Amino acid sequence: MQRILDHPILGPLPEEEKVTIYVDGEPVEARKGEMIAAALMATGKPYFRKTVKRHEPRSIFCGIGRCTDCVMTVNGTPNVRTCVTAVEEGMVIETQMGFGDWGGKR
Amino acid sequence: MMERDIVVIGSGPAGLCAAIEAAEAGAKVLLVDENAKPGGQLFKQIHKFFGSREHSAGVRGIDIGTLLLQKAEELDIEVWLNTEACGIFDQDKVWVVRDKSTSLTIHAKRIILATGANENVVNFPGWTLPGVMGAGAAQTMINIHRVLPGRKILMIGSGNVGVIVSYQLLQAGAQVKAVVEAAPQLGGYGVHTAKVRRAGVPFYTGHTVLEAHGTDHVESAVIVKLDAAWKPIAGTEFSVDVDTICIAAGLTPAVELAFGAGCRSVNSPVLGGLVPWHDESMRTSIPSIYIAGDVSGVEEASTAMEEGRMAGLSAAHSLGYLEASRYRSRFEAINHNLLALRSGMFGQKRRDAKEAIMAARKG
Repeated sequence: MQRILDHPILGPLPEEEKVTIYVDGEPVEARKGEMIAAALMATGKPYFRKTVKRHEPRSIFCGIGRCTDCVMTVNGTPNVRTCVTAVEEGMVIETQMGFGDWGGKR
Repeated sequence: MMERDIVVIGSGPAGLCAAIEAAEAGAKVLLVDENAKPGGQLFKQIHKFFGSREHSAGVRGIDIGTLLLQKAEELDIEVWLNTEACGIFDQDKVWVVRDKSTSLTIHAKRIILATGANENVVNFPGWTLPGVMGAGAAQTMINIHRVLPGRKILMIGSGNVGVIVSYQLLQAGAQVKAVVEAAPQLGGYGVHTAKVRRAGVPFYTGHTVLEAHGTDHVESAVIVKLDAAWKPIAGTEFSVDVDTICIAAGLTPAVELAFGAGCRSVNSPVLGGLVPWHDESMRTSIPSIYIAGDVSGVEEASTAMEEGRMAGLSAAHSLGYLEASRYRSRFEAINHNLLALRSGMFGQKRRDAKEAIMAARKG
C-alpha cells in the first residue's frame, strides 16, 4: 500500500540503507533489515501465494510468524514465512504456487 | 549439558520482567526468544498505559519496552534471540534451536514460560482473502514496519484491541470505515473508544460481518444486524467499501510448551480458554515450571509485567536466592499491584477468573 513517512507519535520514518530484492523477477527496493512481507506490502502486492487445491490467493494474516499464511519461495526454498524473514541484498522472492517447487533440494 | 538457574521463554513484557526480577535476586538467568528483537508485542503499543504510577500509567508501551531492555542490559542478563524453544523434557530440560541451525538442550533448574497468546479468528465467507488479517497484524505493520496494510479499514470487534488499533490506523493515515461489534454493547475502555468516536468512525453494535468480497484481495464487506440470539436478520445487510478487514476477536493463550511439558490445565473462558493451572506465585502443577503473562490467562501488558515479576521472584526464591522476609515483602508488593490492576468495572471479572484458576484442584 504505502509507507508511513510521517507519524504523529513515532515521528518521521528514519533513514535506512536500501537493498534490492527480486520479486517474481522484478527488482524492488526495500529497507535494509525489514521483513519481506513489509517490503512487499509497501509495493501493494495483492497476494503472496496461491493454495494447493483451489488456487486461492493468500497474504499476511498474523504478521508475527504464527499462521504461515504469508509463506513464499525465497532463494529457491519454498514455505519461508515472509513476515519474520528479513530482506537481504539480491534476495530472490517468488509468489508460491501450492507447496512450491523444491527443485533438486528435496 | 549447559545449565542455568532459570530459563525464561519469551521476551515480551512478562518474560522481560521475570528475567529482571530473578536476576536482581541473584539468579543466573537465560532469556530466549524466537524473534530477532526482544520485547514481544510491547513495541507496537504506542498508546499510553493505564493504572497507577507503579504500573507506568501514562507511559507509552514502546517507552516501557525501552526501559525494560535497558534494565536487562544493566543486569547483564544473557539473551538469546532467534532461538526457538521446541519442547520441555523431564520437567527441567529445554530444547532450543538457535538461528534455525543449532539444536541444543539446556538444563534449567527453573523454567518460566512467558509465551504470550495468539489472535482468534472469525470465520465468514471470504475470510481467507488477502486483506483480512488479525488486528494485531495490522498493528505490527503500521507501528513496527511503518507500512499501511490498506487505506479503507473495517474493524471487527470493539474490545480494547479493536479500538486501540482502529485509532492507531487513523494515526497512521488510514480511513476506518466502521467498527462492528456482535455484542449489544461496546467492549473497550471508554477512553480508547471515545478517541475513535471523536474521529467520526461509526460503531455498529449488534452487528457482524457476513462476508467479504474480492478477487485477489478484499474489495468490500457485507455487514448484517444480529437478533437477540446473535443470528443475522435477513434484509438488514449493507455493503461497505473496504480493502482491509481487521479481526479483533480476542486472544488464546499460547500453551503448547506448557501442556507439552505436562502442566495441568484449567478452563477459563474469561481469560481465553485452557490455561496452565497456577498458584499466586505463578508456579504450575510442575514445581520447576512457572508461567507469566497472557499464557496464564489473557489480560494486559501491565498485569503481564507484574506476573512476570512474581514468577521471577518466586522462581529465584525457590532456588534459595532470597531471604524469607525479603521474599515476603516483595511478594506482597507485587500482589498488591496485581489486585489493583484487577479491580473496578473491567478488572473484577478478571480477578474472579484468576481466583477460580488458583482454586481449581492442582491435580
